[in-house]
Amino acid sequence: MTTKQALYVSGLNVSFGNFAVLKNLSWTVDFGEVRGVIGPNGAGKTTLLDSLTGKTKYQSGDIYVKDTVSIKNLTEIEIAKLGIGRKFQKPSVFSGLSGFQNLEIALRAGHSRSIYQPKLTSRQREKIHETSELIGLSSELSRNAGTLAHGQKQWLEIGMLIIAEPSVILLDEPVAGMNSEERGKTAELISNIRGPNIAVVVVEHDMEFVGQVCDTVTVLHDGRVMIEGPMGVVQADPQVIDVYLGKEAASASSH
Amino acid sequence: MFQASEKAGILLALCGLLLIGATSLGFSTSQYAMNLIGQIAAFALLALSLDLLWGFCGILSLGHGLFFAIGGYLVAMHLVKVTFDATGTPPDFMLFMGWDSLPFYYFQLDSIAYLIVAIAAVTTVVSFVFGYVSFRSRVTGVYFAIITQALVYMVMLYMFRNDSGFGGNNGMTGFKEIFGMPASGSTTAAFLCGGSLATLGLCLYGCKKLVDSPIGQFMLAVREDESRLRFLGVNTVHIKLIAWCISAILAAMAGFLYVPQVGIVNPTILSPELSIEIAAWVALGGRGSLLGPILGAVVISGLKFILTGLAPDLWPFILATLIICVVIWSPNGLADTSSHVASFYRRLGSLTSIKGRSQP
Ligand SMILES: Nc1ncnc2c1ncn2[C@@H]1O[C@H](COP(=O)(O)OP(=O)(O)O)[C@@H](O)[C@H]1O
Ligand SMILES: [Mg+2]
Repeated sequence: MTTKQALYVSGLNVSFGNFAVLKNLSWTVDFGEVRGVIGPNGAGKTTLLDSLTGKTKYQSGDIYVKDTVSIKNLTEIEIAKLGIGRKFQKPSVFSGLSGFQNLEIALRAGHSRSIYQPKLTSRQREKIHETSELIGLSSELSRNAGTLAHGQKQWLEIGMLIIAEPSVILLDEPVAGMNSEERGKTAELISNIRGPNIAVVVVEHDMEFVGQVCDTVTVLHDGRVMIEGPMGVVQADPQVIDVYLGKEAASASSH
Repeated sequence: MFQASEKAGILLALCGLLLIGATSLGFSTSQYAMNLIGQIAAFALLALSLDLLWGFCGILSLGHGLFFAIGGYLVAMHLVKVTFDATGTPPDFMLFMGWDSLPFYYFQLDSIAYLIVAIAAVTTVVSFVFGYVSFRSRVTGVYFAIITQALVYMVMLYMFRNDSGFGGNNGMTGFKEIFGMPASGSTTAAFLCGGSLATLGLCLYGCKKLVDSPIGQFMLAVREDESRLRFLGVNTVHIKLIAWCISAILAAMAGFLYVPQVGIVNPTILSPELSIEIAAWVALGGRGSLLGPILGAVVISGLKFILTGLAPDLWPFILATLIICVVIWSPNGLADTSSHVASFYRRLGSLTSIKGRSQP
């Protein structure tokens, strides 16, 4: 069986009380893609990821992953088991454990049959080391994850996703708080992750970064898809300029 | 540190076995000392049980007295049954109720094997049902602590009733013999003390093995960030249930060891005070280290034994002062004091080296 569509969202409505955050949102992501999602603060980007991962229940609409699987009645655990990995906006690693243990837990979690197996196989150890090289933390593996630098925590969390060999990776603001060198490394990491059997979604504020790593960009505004296309096209769109510059002008004048 | 807890476990178990061996060869010991050490060992096991749950899985229970009481009450029922079989008269509290024989649930409890199965079964069922319902509905943190406290309080109120068949407010006492030995005497005390030490040692060793195993790693992950673990596809209810039920069984074992040594069980072991005190042992000793809470239980309950005799009015103030001191100087508990000492020397060292450098 070959699947093409990684994510299919149709007519999605999410509201908190009377406050509608996502309004009749329809959106698709294909396998093999690296998709950017941008939009001003409060546009609903995180809420979209929350709906995709079962963190937030949606009022109406449908979400299908891997062409046919509806996640409507699934818990976040079941959704994760389908191969949907997510990095949170606030870096979430197991601070009291070493980098190695963080990756080990993610690896075991991704293979439900061997979750409590007493010893790692040599293949599994190799995989932890391979992943740590990919995320640039091979010399930091024995360090307590809580003591890693902010950027390193982000990479560790991404490592925890990829070690489970997911079909879909959702990254919520992966370069927030990073300097330009770290951004460069993250961009490289994302281009290493991409492949024909995986879909990567990058939610970001940083237009330049999104333009660098993503094929197609979705602009989310006020709970709806405003425009979708290659970065060059999106950036030149008067509506987008209006929304972004409008926000920036407003926040500049408030300072 | 970790290596240390394995060694300490083996050492404690050997001490206990040695004591049992020596006593059966006729070596005699002070009954008071044996009783004191044995009771403290039972408390230490109780502290270990809460530490496994709270320190390693991040679940605070303020109702662990419940499981301690399950072990304690069931062993007391066994002792009552044995006494009844020997004398033919039920205990006073039943005579007052006008009962001339034991209620049906004392059935077969004279057998020690049955007793052990009963303790294991009751503890597992109670902890599993309560844990499953709470963890599945995602009751966590302070809310979980509060409902465990409410649970132990509710059971205490029930056990205060005289018609429950468990001795009401006076509890159960007056046991004629304990596991085939005379109810009091230095030999009995030494055997019970040896058994308690050996059990504590084995449980410490087992807990060390558990926390180092993959399940232990997942327990730590639950403690650090349960939601992250769920979004990695792990059903954390399973891990929490494992930690909770094992912890409950350790607490029940502590109760099983404790009651024969004090010769009485009554609803005070179900009082919120005891359950909170267990948490104080663990917090003072250092949660998340296996030896720390054992040390905490030994220090605090040891001091309590001595001071409640010498200056009973002062005890609460001394305990409070101790807690404040530890919170101020060693927030991670007594187990962490060694690292404080080390960092003190490091600072001292860097001070002197700065001085040395500033000299021409
Ligand atoms: N759990 C919640 N309860 C109430 N309002 C929420 C909740 N989560 C998000 N919101 C609101 O939804 C809107 C979109 O939030 P979010 O998805 O985090 O935006 P973004 O990630 O695009 O900055 C914001 O106005 C936010 O205040
Ligand atoms: Mg957001």
